Amino acid sequence: MKMSLAKEHVNIIITGVGGQGNVMASRVLAGMLVSAGYVVTIGETFGMSQRGGSVMSHLRVSSTSVLSPQIPQGMADIIIALEPVEALRVLVRYGNPDVAVLSNSRVVYPMGVITGDFTYPSLDEIKSAFKKLTAKNWLIDATAVAVDLGNPVLSNIVMIGALAGTALLPIDRRAFEKEITRSMSADKRGINMTAFDAGMKML
Amino acid sequence: MNKLLSPAKTEVLLMGNEAIARGALEAGVSVATGYPGTPSSEVIENLAEVAQERNLYVEWSTNEKVALEVAAAASFAGLRSMCVMKQNGVNVASDFLLHLASSGTRGGIVLVTCEDPGALSSVNEGESRYFARMLEIPLLEPANFQEAKDLTKWAFELSEKIRNVVILRSVTRMSHASGNVICGRLPEKSRTARFVSDGSFMDPLKGPVVSTPVVAKHNLQQKKLQEAAKLFEKIPFNNYSGPRRPELLIITSSACFLYSNEAVSMLGLQKRVGILKLSCTWPLPPNLFKKYLRLTDKIMIVEEVLPFLEENIKVMAMGMLKETGIKTFYGKMDKTLPSVGELNPDLVAAALGRIMKVKYKSLPAGYKKEIQKVAPLIPPREQTFCPGCPHRASFWNINTALKLDGREGIVCGDIGCYAMAALFPAIGFNTVRTLHSMGSGTGLASGFAKLEAFGLDKPVLALCGDSTFYHAVIPALINAQHNRADITFIVLDNAGTAMTGFQPHPGLAISTMGEAVPAVDIAKICVAIGAKVAISDPFDLEGTSKIMTSFMAERGSLKVLILRQICALSPEKKGKKKYLMQVKEELCLGENCGCNRLCTRIFRCPALTWDMAKKKALIDEVICAGCGVCYSICPQKAITRTEATG
Repeated sequence: MKMSLAKEHVNIIITGVGGQGNVMASRVLAGMLVSAGYVVTIGETFGMSQRGGSVMSHLRVSSTSVLSPQIPQGMADIIIALEPVEALRVLVRYGNPDVAVLSNSRVVYPMGVITGDFTYPSLDEIKSAFKKLTAKNWLIDATAVAVDLGNPVLSNIVMIGALAGTALLPIDRRAFEKEITRSMSADKRGINMTAFDAGMKML
Repeated sequence: MNKLLSPAKTEVLLMGNEAIARGALEAGVSVATGYPGTPSSEVIENLAEVAQERNLYVEWSTNEKVALEVAAAASFAGLRSMCVMKQNGVNVASDFLLHLASSGTRGGIVLVTCEDPGALSSVNEGESRYFARMLEIPLLEPANFQEAKDLTKWAFELSEKIRNVVILRSVTRMSHASGNVICGRLPEKSRTARFVSDGSFMDPLKGPVVSTPVVAKHNLQQKKLQEAAKLFEKIPFNNYSGPRRPELLIITSSACFLYSNEAVSMLGLQKRVGILKLSCTWPLPPNLFKKYLRLTDKIMIVEEVLPFLEENIKVMAMGMLKETGIKTFYGKMDKTLPSVGELNPDLVAAALGRIMKVKYKSLPAGYKKEIQKVAPLIPPREQTFCPGCPHRASFWNINTALKLDGREGIVCGDIGCYAMAALFPAIGFNTVRTLHSMGSGTGLASGFAKLEAFGLDKPVLALCGDSTFYHAVIPALINAQHNRADITFIVLDNAGTAMTGFQPHPGLAISTMGEAVPAVDIAKICVAIGAKVAISDPFDLEGTSKIMTSFMAERGSLKVLILRQICALSPEKKGKKKYLMQVKEELCLGENCGCNRLCTRIFRCPALTWDMAKKKALIDEVICAGCGVCYSICPQKAITRTEATG
């Protein structure tokens, strides 16, 4: 049975901090959706722009057409954030009353916060912003789970597992397994599968 | 299986650059060369991965000019070849390109340039479309992912047909974006190289490959361009979609086609606005324009960055006023769209909305208000050197040496991750004062050093990375030595072309295709030039700044300091900590230290954070790369390091 998209086009933004595995998460998710028969357009920037800065991948999923690699403002349907302040950064630009946000709660302080020039919002402020700016939201400590699994880098896959758990998109465990069989070396699949399952269980 | 080798008719998700690589494979490319540069690097990287299987020769050359020369040799011998670079690489290659375009080529040869409107990963947003016009060669620009593959394949056919080089231009949002691509057939056989040159001067296939006799060859070149324009009249890559009688015609190319499409549907203007998508943007095909300019008298041109299409279309429209009538043009020249930075669907929709007097549905007022409340809570996140980055230590050393020297020495920067020291001064400890093209730091330093006679008596430093050294620094260094320029030249040697993804360079003993090759040693080159050379580990703060200070104090000659430490993100280092770092809370004096938080305000490592509650420094173990450098900076010795095991 083929699951389906909630709308004709679905706009997804995956965001985080350079080095958190944003690009890999977007590739894995896109691969699953292409296998499911959708036309996917991914827009992302990498290179020097990822050195510790904010990063974003725009995924546009359509049953029919190629879309612009950049999502217009206020038009995100789903935001997946590997870092909570990055969720807010994307929300204020691409959010709308119907948006769903799945965010990692693990904080990565920007340099300006470490130096004391800026303040990082409190967890309550973040939660309240999510409440006001989203239709649905989930804040989970994916990094803690990844650290337990032995490598914080797995946070991105924990998040993809959690995304499958939200049932916002037509993706499941089998699709993930198929995708990593194609794209990952055999020695890495086991731990990624475990990370996916752990994420899915978090919801 | 590598997805670049997917069988014909399969649908795969390809990045624009992968689609270009696949297109070249389908065209039967034999030789592919380039110099790394974002957003172009993945084309050559992907071809290198399948080189053995597809019988290709793939090379990261020392710079773009050499890369184009290596690719051209293959064309002269009848093979198909491709040369890939980022926008400013075309400037480097342009002298040879001028002559290549005049001599003509044999096997299909395509120069791929991946450009960076908005300078997302560049220190310029220069564009090379003007080179096509200036050097009189055809220019192709794919407008989606399928076309990135198909147009690349066709570019080889075009080149072979007109016997001249063809430019294929992509942009970041195409090269680094991904989409579905249906694969075509891969050829079964590769060509055999054969170079014939004993025919007459004007024989394109048998004569010597030269640009002389100049006027006759120039005439021939212009005929080739006209032939290309004729092909562009009918080629399906240029096409119109929209109503038969649109109120407004958008003429666009490349990623701007996707933005325009989106803008039209965002505003619901599908029945009022048509889009002429041009994938062949130089020379413009006149009959195609006669046909479509007639559709309406309002024309909007959407392109990045400069008004290249706009200029060319306006000139062409002037020549066909009788047939097409007078037009109103909207574009960059009348400020309908900005002529700096990249475009996006929002910018195009806003401009289109103004012209068509349509408003785009906006967010509810209450939601907008909430956004305004949340926005100020978000701290900016600037780029910075990675945890464990050797550059942070190198700049720390440079800063220390400059302070000890006390004469406000001038530091000339160059292109690499270390350019961030010039872009965000605080992360390079406010040391770097100039930043231009690859190798320019050393040339500038060579010039600053000669200004002493005019009253500028300061120590002059230049720095560059290892790959940049081979690319463009050597001539400037020889210039400095020969002209007795008193400079301290610092090589930030992190063992690869790190910023763009660890492509090999001549300093390494491995080639692009993974073969063992002789490494060309930077130190030996500098010694051969006659410079005084020292090598140091930038993580050794004390040792390094001592050498630097003594070099600056020594007058009248060229001194070279090579700072060797592998990039923290390199495959051999990534994820492996040398040290486990810890802040001894009982030793950390926090705000009372008197050092003004040297560790967290000045040193700026993302892994060395501040415990807001305890008001003391804190290592974030998840992020820390274990380089151990911060151990040496704390005056209290509160930061400890222990050798990591396993």
